[in-house]
Amino acid sequence: MTSREPAAMAPPSFRFGRRDPAPGGWFGEFGGRFVPETLIAPLEELEARYFELRSDPAFLSEFDRLLGSFVGRPTPLWEATRFAEACGGARVFLKREDLAHTGAHKINNALGQALLARRMGKRRIVAETGAGQHGVATATVCALLGLECRVYMGALDMERQALNVFRMRLLGAEVVGVEGGGRTLKDAINEAMRDWVGRIDDTAYLLGSALGPHPYPLMVREFQSVIGHEARAQIHTAIGRDPDAVVACVGGGSNAIGLFDPFIENPKVQLIGVEAGGTAIEPGRHAARFAGGTPGVLQGTRTLLLQDEHGNILSTDSVSAGLDYAAVGPEHAMLAASGRTTYAHASDAEALAAFQDLSRLEGLVPALETAHGIAHARVVARRLGPDGVVLVNLSGRGDKDVQSVASRFPELGTRDEGDAP
Amino acid sequence: MSGGRIAQRFETLRADGRGGFVAYLTGGDPDIAVGASLVEALDRGGADIVELGVPFSDPLADGPTIQRGMERALASGTTLASVIALVREVRDRVATPIVLFSYANPILAYGRDRFVADAAAAGVDGLLVLDLPPEAMGDLHPSLLDAGIDPIFLISPTSSAARIEQAARLGRGFLYGISRLGVTGMRTSIATSAGELASRVRGITDMPLVLGFGVSTPEHVAEFHRHADAAVVGSALVDLVGRHAGDSQLPQRLESMVRWLRGEGPAPEGGDP
Repeated sequence: MTSREPAAMAPPSFRFGRRDPAPGGWFGEFGGRFVPETLIAPLEELEARYFELRSDPAFLSEFDRLLGSFVGRPTPLWEATRFAEACGGARVFLKREDLAHTGAHKINNALGQALLARRMGKRRIVAETGAGQHGVATATVCALLGLECRVYMGALDMERQALNVFRMRLLGAEVVGVEGGGRTLKDAINEAMRDWVGRIDDTAYLLGSALGPHPYPLMVREFQSVIGHEARAQIHTAIGRDPDAVVACVGGGSNAIGLFDPFIENPKVQLIGVEAGGTAIEPGRHAARFAGGTPGVLQGTRTLLLQDEHGNILSTDSVSAGLDYAAVGPEHAMLAASGRTTYAHASDAEALAAFQDLSRLEGLVPALETAHGIAHARVVARRLGPDGVVLVNLSGRGDKDVQSVASRFPELGTRDEGDAP
Repeated sequence: MSGGRIAQRFETLRADGRGGFVAYLTGGDPDIAVGASLVEALDRGGADIVELGVPFSDPLADGPTIQRGMERALASGTTLASVIALVREVRDRVATPIVLFSYANPILAYGRDRFVADAAAAGVDGLLVLDLPPEAMGDLHPSLLDAGIDPIFLISPTSSAARIEQAARLGRGFLYGISRLGVTGMRTSIATSAGELASRVRGITDMPLVLGFGVSTPEHVAEFHRHADAAVVGSALVDLVGRHAGDSQLPQRLESMVRWLRGEGPAPEGGDP
């Protein structure tokens, strides 16, 4: 199993300190630190400790040791030949983050931030979660490290991700339902920040995506960049070059920015994020920030937002709880403004079709979030043609979604006449 | 000249040897149509400064009481423009300084320069943006100063001496001290950190200091007056508004509540707060 050999795990020197934002956390005109005064001191402390520890060999070797023996890294790279054949175009490689412990990429960042929190002497962790994957990852690392854990989750998301709620509680975390706003990820972040602002002495806020005030967008990208650096080494082993296109779904954007990271410097590689198109690209019916967003400030950062003319945040809609969010990570906003990355969107229906197709063609049930990336990868593969190569982040597995998909779309569990034998 | 109204108020308070009372309401809560009557009620009740919150969909520095107030205000169609219009409407009738409390995004959506011009023309005396610490103010800071609107900054128990000094240097009017960590909201007892914060501030600047967060009884107000120039009451008033939304006696209730909190009237009927 050559792809499991430690050589595929890029050393920390490749992953940390490569592309820092400007002082203050600015990615071009995006990012920054827009928070109430009480959070300035803890964020400054977090930034200082993070900058210190990311060049501390002992910290990095502890992180990488646990990424290997606890998370199960490196995750393999899988060539999806039957899926590619069905797409009718390029070769398709899937980075198997679904095989990371807890079933998604979220554990990479949760582990990194929890180790940092422990070094800072924090004993209590608060986190938000959308689909529940960051919550499960956080509950898991808190169990591993003996930290108290409270996870805020929108009440709507608790309904559609009931399995993950149970998993978090099984792992010893307290899960608190949030009834405010649209009862989804954005509201859970508000509540987690309110908790943190009241208990900064003993509590660390473990933010799950490349969002929020500086240093979170940088820190989350660097903890997640292990995905991209492994994948780049693996695809070089497989085909001897960079892929033509790299595709990942984008909610806040952590799995995408982690995968994109090593490819940003090669302008020949198309970097494509895929947002939630929901039911229609109309206000309140999607979460495609690059399709309907404008710059603004939300939850500590300046980025593209889905907002009304008065600056109030619009409700969003997506079949996937993890992409159902009105803002996008500031580095994505900068990369898009510079033209380095592009963003497409997949509708609920397209994502559900991809959810089914990848299951039947590859034996891989993707998370609904991930299925948005898979859906658009099909378009990209067709466009590139047979000489092309697409790398897609299989960012999470879909077990958590099976129950809600089964109850909302029972027809997906039945075979129709068009099925191959 | 609207810019000096806040400073004059604190000069008067200090000359009289009296602790001030700062009253917060969310603009447009429960309905912008009764907004003017509520601001006038605060004024009649003896508020020395009125703070008007600009409703925002995601008020992450606020606790549940003010969140509900913002939801009521948004549901009744209140915008930053209507809060500015409210100030314009009451300005001739109310001499009390009026400070807008906002999150950054409604101001950015309105347009910074247009906001500053319209707010100044309406008679807004000061602005505090909860998620714009001094280093994030950018060009808004000089624009406010040019327009005669006092930029007001928060200081918290976590603020370093350097940050308190910065807030005093860049701010005008007063410093808004957060007496304890956490979001806005009522508490049965108020933090001992209020006195510590006040003495740290006093060692750095003699700028007027108001203390808020958690103040909901006359005893709290009196306690804060021992440490600061004024006490802020927000959630307790917003809670009253929420419980009596739609009641034609709401302005009178609010006025009585302010008198009671200031130690100049009987406890309001109905067991308030």
